[in-house]
Amino acid sequence: MVTPGPTRPDRRTFLRITAGAAVVLPLAACSSDAGADTVRIAYQQFGSGTNLKDWLSASAKTFTAAHPGLSVELVPIVAAENDYFTKNELLMSSPRTSADVVYEDSFIMLSDVGAGYLRPLDAHIKTWDHWGDVVKASREAFTAEDGHVYGAPQTTDTRALFYHRDVFEEAGLPSTWEPTSWDDILEAARAIKDSDSEAAPLFIFSGKAQGEKASMQGFEMLLYGTTSRLYDEDTKKWVLGSQGFVDSLSLLRMIFEEELTLPVSQHLDPNISESIYSTMIPEGKLGILLDGSWITRNWAEGSPGEWPEWTEKVGLAKMPTKDGQDPGTLTLAGGWGLTIPQHCRDEDAAWAFIEAATSTENSLAFAIADNHITVRKDVAAKKEYQEYAPSVEFFTDLLATAYYRPALPAYPEVSAAIQEAMEAVMSDAADPKKAAADYDAAVTDIVGAENVQEESR
Amino acid sequence: MSTLAPERPATGPVRPRRRRPAGIGDRLTLRRAAPMIPAAVLLVLFMAGPIIYSLDLAFTDKAIRGDGASKTSFVGVSNFTDALTDGDFWNSVVLTILFTLISAVIGQNLLGLLLALLMERANRVISFAITSIVIAAWILPEVVAGYLLYTFFAEGGSLDGILGLVGIPPQTLLFSAPIVAVSFANVWRGTAFSMLVYSAALGAIPGDVQESAAMDGAGPMRRFTSITLPLLRPALATNLMLITLQTLSVFGLIFIMTGGGPDRKSQTLPLYMYEQAFSYGQLGYGTAVALLLLLIGAAASLVYLRLLPEEEKR
Repeated sequence: MVTPGPTRPDRRTFLRITAGAAVVLPLAACSSDAGADTVRIAYQQFGSGTNLKDWLSASAKTFTAAHPGLSVELVPIVAAENDYFTKNELLMSSPRTSADVVYEDSFIMLSDVGAGYLRPLDAHIKTWDHWGDVVKASREAFTAEDGHVYGAPQTTDTRALFYHRDVFEEAGLPSTWEPTSWDDILEAARAIKDSDSEAAPLFIFSGKAQGEKASMQGFEMLLYGTTSRLYDEDTKKWVLGSQGFVDSLSLLRMIFEEELTLPVSQHLDPNISESIYSTMIPEGKLGILLDGSWITRNWAEGSPGEWPEWTEKVGLAKMPTKDGQDPGTLTLAGGWGLTIPQHCRDEDAAWAFIEAATSTENSLAFAIADNHITVRKDVAAKKEYQEYAPSVEFFTDLLATAYYRPALPAYPEVSAAIQEAMEAVMSDAADPKKAAADYDAAVTDIVGAENVQEESR
Repeated sequence: MSTLAPERPATGPVRPRRRRPAGIGDRLTLRRAAPMIPAAVLLVLFMAGPIIYSLDLAFTDKAIRGDGASKTSFVGVSNFTDALTDGDFWNSVVLTILFTLISAVIGQNLLGLLLALLMERANRVISFAITSIVIAAWILPEVVAGYLLYTFFAEGGSLDGILGLVGIPPQTLLFSAPIVAVSFANVWRGTAFSMLVYSAALGAIPGDVQESAAMDGAGPMRRFTSITLPLLRPALATNLMLITLQTLSVFGLIFIMTGGGPDRKSQTLPLYMYEQAFSYGQLGYGTAVALLLLLIGAAASLVYLRLLPEEEKR
């Protein structure tokens, strides 16, 4: 033995260490999860965006400063929207994998309450400084059918009409447009069609290929402008035979019949929104678009479709009710917030984290970085918030007349039935009355005859 | 010419080879079987386990969200009866069969055979070029192939461009005949597999059989129907079975090109199942549909299997 000094470990030792590590590491990974003094936060990681992560990391700092004995572990769930719901639900269903705080969409929250994945937070909400700051519609969206509150609302989005000023000028329409009824919208669309402009007059997302966009940005923006609703909150039944449903489909039928929109084939192209945002609107090939507050992100500085002139070229108008009846305009809103899963290990610590994350400063920084609409009056009152983007004030004000979807477990299927009704009238496969009757039959099928009622007029 | 004579001994060694596995079987002791235990355990855990679990799921109202998630209960065969009485399910069954017939049984199969026959005669450069192109379509990831063909068929896509050159107005196949568009896409993507199977089978047909037939005065057509085709029958059955099973489960290609639409006109069973299980969260029902799809595949396989033994008797 000439070299007793520290040499490279021999093959046998190496194998022993590797084998040992292979056995121990997964176990170690499991046990780190189990640390009760760690609050685990699940959130969606989509694309290269880090806004959510940045917000939660900043919140974690605030939280650990106030609670030195506790630590925070961020659990990014890498997925697009629908897959995020599914993955998150699968994690929440087991105590071994569940996080302690989850970032949830109000769209799916009621279904998760129905599944027993979430804890009611009423006791904490009572002591929360900001519940009173949350706008009414959003407070309702986070309150389940059982009357309990299941989350702390944080962000939202709202919907309105975008119109192209150059197209309007060519058609002899005013540069500041404020339609007060569906007829005003139709008139403007007809004027564009009759003008020399080559632009398609109007686009409303319709049909199954557009998925939830068609139901929310499209159909429900019409329906909630009538006196009809999809679901009766008081009787807890789905509404059938509604006049508003037929009226909304009739408006769609008229738009297609009079060719006030793009051809049906383009409506059924699942990727049409890309070309609307990237070429049609910037190049003035579309007059009016009914869409959501976030689409201006496509034109923001540093984005692939950068278009600094959009603030001059694109006007914003609130969506009017059918005949201009009260409240005059409306919007549909969808929102995200923080919830606590059933299998949370330390509810008080989890709530303490939520309080830290929803402080005015953390919420403000997140809203600005994420370019979203806040649901909180304290955040909306901040000057930095009002000025961070040209359209933010307009879309925040819309929340006063906002509705949320009846996001019950059956909603995704009901929504698909709405899209099928739209598709039937678009392609003239059925008239609005027949399409509405087919929808009624489909809904009865989905939720059962005991959960539906005829509209009372 | 006694070209046929030396051929027989060439196929002769098959017999002793057949006997050999039996010999090993005889000597198979516990000691020899031991190394197979880990593999068997893994198979049971990761193959049989999920299959049994999904069999169980198909008889429950298990859901990802909503009521079925909080308390899952046994619902008997109601998932199956629901499916069998649902118009959308039958729409998907018909489309799945149509898609499989057009794109696999007719498209991939015949085109693959034709290409293999042509390549036999082609010179090496041409044959290399064609093989490369066809196989390139095959090795492309499904997602990439789906997107390529979407841009090919989409409004203003390359198909419209080509048709425009010869004065044909733009087609909107993705909208007017989506099942045809996705079938074409699947032919484009899957032909390579059939071509390879048939090329290998054609290569195994002894050249001197053809030669002697030609000497006896058989024309190319006669040689094809009386020699090539009968000798290809095992390959035909194998190829048909494999591509049928592959095509029944095609998902990504259709999902990307049409999403099953418009109006469910290209919603084959895998897409219907996905919609039910993941868009609507109905895991139990989705699993029942998956099992029904499995049955269709099994039925198709049985039909093809019956082709095989007949051939072996000859």
